[in-house]
Amino acid sequence: MNDSEEIYDDVEVSEVRLLLDVVYAKYGYDFRDYAYPSVKRRILNSVATEGVASISGLLDKIQNDPACMARLLLHFTVHASSMFRHPSFYKCFREKVVPQLKTYPFVRIWHAGCSTGEEVYSMAILLHEEGIYKRSIIYATDISEDVIQKAKSGIFPMNMMKEFTSNYLKSGGIESFSDYYTAQYDNALFSSHLKENIVFAKHNLVTDASPNEFNVILCRNVMIYFKRELQNKTHELFFNSLIHFGYLGLGEKETLRFTPRENNYEEVDVSQKLYRRTA
Amino acid sequence: MMPGIIVIGASLGGLRALNLVLGNLPKDFRLPIVIVQHRSNELDASLVKQLQQSCKLRVSEAEDKEDIIAGRVYVAPAGYHLLIDSSLFCLSVDQPVLHARPSIDVAFESAADAFGSRTIGVVLTGASNDGAKGAALIKTRGGTIIVEDPVSAECATMPAAAIKSVGTVDAILPLPEIAPFLLKLSLRNGDRKDE
Repeated sequence: MNDSEEIYDDVEVSEVRLLLDVVYAKYGYDFRDYAYPSVKRRILNSVATEGVASISGLLDKIQNDPACMARLLLHFTVHASSMFRHPSFYKCFREKVVPQLKTYPFVRIWHAGCSTGEEVYSMAILLHEEGIYKRSIIYATDISEDVIQKAKSGIFPMNMMKEFTSNYLKSGGIESFSDYYTAQYDNALFSSHLKENIVFAKHNLVTDASPNEFNVILCRNVMIYFKRELQNKTHELFFNSLIHFGYLGLGEKETLRFTPRENNYEEVDVSQKLYRRTA
Repeated sequence: MMPGIIVIGASLGGLRALNLVLGNLPKDFRLPIVIVQHRSNELDASLVKQLQQSCKLRVSEAEDKEDIIAGRVYVAPAGYHLLIDSSLFCLSVDQPVLHARPSIDVAFESAADAFGSRTIGVVLTGASNDGAKGAALIKTRGGTIIVEDPVSAECATMPAAAIKSVGTVDAILPLPEIAPFLLKLSLRNGDRKDE
């Protein structure tokens, strides 16, 4: 085995670790239990866009420049999303979860890690069409204030509407999707009535307690960035935040298998990663 | 410790090429194999099924934080980057790289980080430069790079880009010779594990 390459690896690993330690100590954002390969990629992306030569260069800049930290935070929170992403998930939600939700006088939903809000508006539209939006409240939370502001604006690029509309139709949408937004130059501005029962708030899954008790928690493609231990910890938080027979929705390639809470849920639909708390 | 890992990148023309490579591996193959095939989201479900028809090893789509097991074939899911940690997979929905998600470079680079000199990267047919940068990193870390011969590849762009980027690759082979070469490497890597 070649020793020099192992040493090279170690230097990079410790640079990443040092950067995450400093970010935590100085700004309070705890990425230390994020999965190494994706954290490293995001840090290297940041190194490139900040125009510094190395991870230590980025470290210097972050220590002295809060705006640089804000941009790094965006690298950690913004990811490509879409309205009605994975339409079959929403179809299943409409068919199998909504009938149950209709039996409650009041429905609380938590979108944990909502990023720029595409999926939050999707849920608002779905609940509106099913006639239960008025007695629902959606908590849309993310770690980044910038991202929350973006989500709150309800503005999405016009050129995404084709994809959003196609997803909406595949998800079982029953209205005309274009009725939900108005075009403004290159942007689509979503109707303010969709925002009426959404609470946008900053929340950190790693360090903050549960904001309430919920009928539904959606956390899709957020925990893929966590190490297994942090995933388990977050599942504990979700379990304790769900009412009995509450629902948990994950991303299509995430699983409850291998987590300590595996046996506390039943699968609502085998292929959709939609679970129901049983005990 | 896992004796090593094989990561195969393919784009245009990849299905036929992958079937040929995987179809020629024995059922007691010792290393885990990771497949990154460019494709649109719609073709998703069919790829595992199509590869399984020719392959004696168990083929499945990688799930997040799934343990990597030797002798199994894992396919990067459409719409996700597949990253390799020391003993498990991590998925990401970060922006596409070179218009691709899954990206071959992302998988190659994470494998090089996790497995160092025990990484074997294979670049097959494709009309893209994806894989070239990652292949160079695998090589820098002392790993092995095998490239499908651009002369006989269905699309020469991707193999040619990898060869140009790496400089000296370990082997440039026509498709039918890739599986036997991987078998030879897997036996060598397997024997090394007690070192």
